[in-house]
Amino acid sequence: MVEKLKSLLSRFYILIIILFLYSPIAVLIILSFNDSRSRVVWGGFTIRWYAALLHNSQIRVALGTTFLLAFLSAFISLVIGTAAALGIASMKKRSHKLMMMITNIPMLNADIVTGIALMLWIIQFMPLGFGSVLIAHITFNIPYVILAVMPKVKTMNISIYNAGRDLGAGPLRAFFELMLPQLSGGMISGFFMAFTMSMDDFVITYFTKGAGVNTLSTMIYGEIKKGIKPEIYALSTMIFVLVLVILMIMNNMPAKEKRKGEEERGNVYD
Amino acid sequence: MDKVMNRRSVLSGPYVVWALGFTVIPLIVIIKYAISDRTGAFTLSNILAIFDPVNLKALIFSLEIAIGCTVVCILLAYPLVLAISRLKFARSGFMLVILILPMWMNFILKLLAWQMILSSNGILNMIIRAAGITGFDISNTPISIMIGVIYEYFPYMVLPVFDAVIAIDADVIEAARDLGAKKGTVFWKIIFPLSLPGLMSGITMVFVPSMTSFVTADILGGGKLQLVGNIIEQEFIQSMNWNLGAGLSVALMIFILISMTFTVKKDEREEEEAW
Amino acid sequence: MYMIRKKTLALILTGIMITITALGVFGCEVSDSADTLTVFNYGEYLDPDMIKLFTKETGIKIKYEEATTPEEMYTKFKSGAIGYDLLCTSDYMLKRLINENEVREIDYSLFQYKDNIGQKYWDFSKSFDPENKYTLPYFWGTLGILYDTTKVNGKIDSWDVLFNGEYAGQIIMQNAVRETFQITEKYLGYSLNTTDRDEIQKAYETLLKQKPDVQAYLVDEARDEVVAGNAAIAVVYSGEAYLGHKYNPDLEYVIPKEGSNVWLDSWCITKNCKNTEAACKFLDFLCRDDVALKNFEFIYYSTPNETVKENLPPEDQNDKYMFPDDSVTENCEVCTLTDPETNELLNKLWKELKAN
Repeated sequence: MVEKLKSLLSRFYILIIILFLYSPIAVLIILSFNDSRSRVVWGGFTIRWYAALLHNSQIRVALGTTFLLAFLSAFISLVIGTAAALGIASMKKRSHKLMMMITNIPMLNADIVTGIALMLWIIQFMPLGFGSVLIAHITFNIPYVILAVMPKVKTMNISIYNAGRDLGAGPLRAFFELMLPQLSGGMISGFFMAFTMSMDDFVITYFTKGAGVNTLSTMIYGEIKKGIKPEIYALSTMIFVLVLVILMIMNNMPAKEKRKGEEERGNVYD
Repeated sequence: MDKVMNRRSVLSGPYVVWALGFTVIPLIVIIKYAISDRTGAFTLSNILAIFDPVNLKALIFSLEIAIGCTVVCILLAYPLVLAISRLKFARSGFMLVILILPMWMNFILKLLAWQMILSSNGILNMIIRAAGITGFDISNTPISIMIGVIYEYFPYMVLPVFDAVIAIDADVIEAARDLGAKKGTVFWKIIFPLSLPGLMSGITMVFVPSMTSFVTADILGGGKLQLVGNIIEQEFIQSMNWNLGAGLSVALMIFILISMTFTVKKDEREEEEAW
Repeated sequence: MYMIRKKTLALILTGIMITITALGVFGCEVSDSADTLTVFNYGEYLDPDMIKLFTKETGIKIKYEEATTPEEMYTKFKSGAIGYDLLCTSDYMLKRLINENEVREIDYSLFQYKDNIGQKYWDFSKSFDPENKYTLPYFWGTLGILYDTTKVNGKIDSWDVLFNGEYAGQIIMQNAVRETFQITEKYLGYSLNTTDRDEIQKAYETLLKQKPDVQAYLVDEARDEVVAGNAAIAVVYSGEAYLGHKYNPDLEYVIPKEGSNVWLDSWCITKNCKNTEAACKFLDFLCRDDVALKNFEFIYYSTPNETVKENLPPEDQNDKYMFPDDSVTENCEVCTLTDPETNELLNKLWKELKAN
């Protein structure tokens, strides 16, 4: 009985947090159906912004750039960052501390400082374009991956790797089959955080991008003066719904992958 | 064992190269600006400018906001993480994506949405008034800035803490219970200490950026309150005084680094105690 | 052996990283051929269809870049990170660029449609471009008060309403040092280009006294706050006034009798422009009747292009927000303040105002 009440309470708490996280999203969704160009006036229900979205090549291009940038930068950061976390954790105390300090720098700086410093430095050896933004995003993403993976590395069981090696597994095989699964939670969090940071960034992107390269963030920022175009709300809603649907499908699938993961985890603890 | 550990550090090679190329060198660029005046002569006045009453006030206000937000995030995150870990599908990552999904909407749009929710004639007050209670006005106050900042960075606290808590072997907790440990004891003696590395990551990712999130302060604070980020931004863009902007930024960095070394030390000590 | 392998792995990782980055660079970088113009403009300040039309008509490609403030533009332009050919920015920033020798003379002999721009606007331009050599007027407007007629007593005609305490907590000011000081200086009867330290100090004290009455200092959301009924009075640009009135007919816009700022955004060709002929073609294209009309309908700010009004349906020709009569700008001044010391003082006082 007490147990049931507690479970109810914890579910209620999750609900409250979800309400907090999703209330602005709900506002955005409502705005996408608003038949007025002003966000503070309700002009009736419409779906015309969704239709308009299909014909807006500017938004399409910006969306493509945004996702490509987020994916590439998050992926590259994940590879470099995970390797770095493994490496740093094994360093002696002093170099460990130094590396973590360097890792914190991009986060310590105000975006504007990072952005301008990177711009001044990058133009020394290459023109600003998509590549320069990618470099900048990787730079501020790696720390998030390292910070997400590091706790996992610290609690990781290294003797499994050694045991695997002793039993004749090659270093790569042992690494991918015995070490990585232990880190996967942190790596997924790190990847998502990096992806998100990249999608959200405006200031650094603004200063490191070349002419004609536009992400959703830089586009939206250019629009605030005259009011955000309702197409943007429609786009946000569509992205949101799409991801949610994919998520629901994935969650309801009796995934083999998942069970395999559980088994592996079981093995780890046995 | 030791040998494996040493070889492993080679893995950080690419990162070291990257950090040197794109973190350390730009940092040197910033420091160069910070320690010179407009003519290029050496000066420390840009860094010491943090002690000007105006800048100091912004720094203290940023600190208050950042500490407040970090504490609230921690207090909100632990119950959430524990609640999620009770769920059957806790490990599937479903809940995590639920947490992350709102972050994929552009943050300016979300801030504008918060402004609509919190303003005096806003959605929140509309609902409250409809329920027959008199409305309240928290728009353009530090509270409204804090809501924005917490909203923005809360997932960065939850994720690492969640990763740490979920990794705790259920058998350990079970064993402790079997030995008669109370719920609170289990939390404070097992779960909390084991989640510390995650918590430390979370604190860094929430505390540091919240001091400089100037867009949040501008949109939700009504431009009447300024974080140290607003001042740095103003020096860089509006005043075009890169030297002063860089100086304040370096001062902020030194300040945070000092306070973090302090927490890291404390963290290490506590970690040792925990074991 | 083992060590070497790990090192190779690290090297490979680094290699992959660099290759991908390089691919990104070269894959996406449009080459700066002679037929490309790099254009820098404010956000939402040119109909994208007009860019497409220009490329279709002339074969000249446009790389288009946006900024939100003149200062942001200046910072990015001055860094030399991108070789801009054409720049559209505001009066005082143009004066600064002209002073710093960053722009070149426009060869108006290549223009067919230059005369579509009314003489009045060329005269405005003279305050920062005395011989009309470097700049081409694009859009203009004023700074004034947007107010909700249902929430104020009678007609507003003076900046006084912002400072007399009558509407405490109902006022939205501009979150920008220039605009805020400009209107206060005008209110006190000074020039908005004043460099007099005492006058500026007076303006600062007035603003400091006013601060408790101010609900918020906003830039972009000022109009929305009045439309939504969160505030009664806001300092806004005339372009916002039109939209405010459209969304809520109770809103009125006024340029106070003490006078105000009249702004003029203009195009200029940068010193380093690689193809001035193409740049002139683009500017001339923007002056053409049909392009100017479409562009006006997209932006909806007051245009100096006089053919636009003639080509509009009669009911739109009388829009008092878009085509105010000449008397409203009588007391208004163009901002031409570029004195570095005054700017520094203003920025310092602004920071103090915010901190208090």
